[in-house]
Amino acid sequence: METGTSRVKRGMAEMQKGGVIMDVMNAEQAKIAEAAGATAVMALERVPSDIRAAGGVARMADPTIVEEVMKVVSIPVMAKARIGHYVEAKVLESLGVDYIDESEVLTPADDIFHISKEEFTVPFVCGAKDLGEALRRIQEGASMLRTKGEPGTGNIVEAVRHMRLITGQIRKVQNLSKDELYHEAKTLGVPYDLLLGVHETGRLPVVNFAAGGVATPSDAALMMHLGADGVFVGSGIFKSDSPEKFARAIVEATTHYTDYELIARVSKNLGTAMKGIEISKLDRSERMQDRGL
Amino acid sequence: MNIGVLALQGAVAEHIKSIELAGGKGVAVKTVEQLQEIDGLILPGGESTTIGKLMRKYGFIDAIREFARNGKPVFGTCAGLIVLAERLEGAEEPHLQLMNMTVARNAFGRQRESFETDLDVKGIDTPLRAVFIRAPLIKEVGDNVDVLSTYKDEIVTARQGNLLASSYHPELTDDYRLHEYFLNMAKEASANR
Repeated sequence: METGTSRVKRGMAEMQKGGVIMDVMNAEQAKIAEAAGATAVMALERVPSDIRAAGGVARMADPTIVEEVMKVVSIPVMAKARIGHYVEAKVLESLGVDYIDESEVLTPADDIFHISKEEFTVPFVCGAKDLGEALRRIQEGASMLRTKGEPGTGNIVEAVRHMRLITGQIRKVQNLSKDELYHEAKTLGVPYDLLLGVHETGRLPVVNFAAGGVATPSDAALMMHLGADGVFVGSGIFKSDSPEKFARAIVEATTHYTDYELIARVSKNLGTAMKGIEISKLDRSERMQDRGL
Repeated sequence: MNIGVLALQGAVAEHIKSIELAGGKGVAVKTVEQLQEIDGLILPGGESTTIGKLMRKYGFIDAIREFARNGKPVFGTCAGLIVLAERLEGAEEPHLQLMNMTVARNAFGRQRESFETDLDVKGIDTPLRAVFIRAPLIKEVGDNVDVLSTYKDEIVTARQGNLLASSYHPELTDDYRLHEYFLNMAKEASANR
């Protein structure tokens, strides 16, 4: 009997496929998310748009919030640790969370090194905006990936860019010859073996969800259309006018992302989505996607 | 043999891969109409609360009950096993209520307690590599249910006529023998129709 094997850790993410993982800040929101059909919840002290508004240093949530959420739902509970913050991750593992997000939404604790995730029993998800970042995170032991997008903006454009870039790079790698692959590994800054795997299978060895800017059912379906395995919704639900309706509608649109009549139906009378931010209006220093490369 | 995999949420592609390795044809099933075109149905792993909700919403509960009543085989893995059970421990409402058994969800604990192990399964000659992820357990079965394997004295594989259930994930390994077993159930059922 073996725990924490790569099959067990990656397999857990496979079970989330086609699902929606929702950010929640307390037990009540967690129950709303579960009732709406979320496949997991991310327990946080503040959603990304509030983190953005508050400024200052964003850290791991108070363990009370995480435990409170774990107590009320039967679906998996995820929580965020700062990039490179080994101890925050160990603390979350000791609480028994089901997945750790080493996340650029929080202020990085280490501006060079990520956590060595291989040695943990609990699996990790990490953000990536291109194939190089994706494979580096997998090499460090991430069992699941997500696009970085631009969290807390309610603007899908960055998540779309990252998903398109990654799938485009995968197609390119598939067509490279052996000798070109060596050079590409060097250019991307990734281990040759992982790149060879992508060349042979035409896919990443772990699931890749969309995250960072999903605000409507159509946004979620768009990301599925672009090849996402599932969707993270951060501020999009509990910053909307009617979280319950938004949550249910996003779940349905993700399952049936090619059924446009259904998406039209679930999009009716949802009320106002979260207020978005135009990306060009963000100062470079406010871009979360540039953290942790 | 066309084997459908219920594709509302969860690990659908892995089951399709395993069923094709075993010699069948895998089909992702998203609508109740598609049940007409298949000889057997797999309920995959995923989150049972999500899958159950979507099944109710799209009319799958009655449709799959009818499918099973017609003698066509159904195979539930992990969340799929929960969906098949007549009785569930805890707050979750039972879903299809087809298999005469009581199931406990997340019976081994949280993700850090998830594991893989070699498992003896009746009808398969050498041990099967079984991956348990936040897995459920079969706490008790009725007389009409055959126990095919146990782990530490707890039931983890069971069969009731045309219904098969495992609390682990046979689709996460390259060993497709349990899928082959299910494919044979579908062949027998089709021969008897």
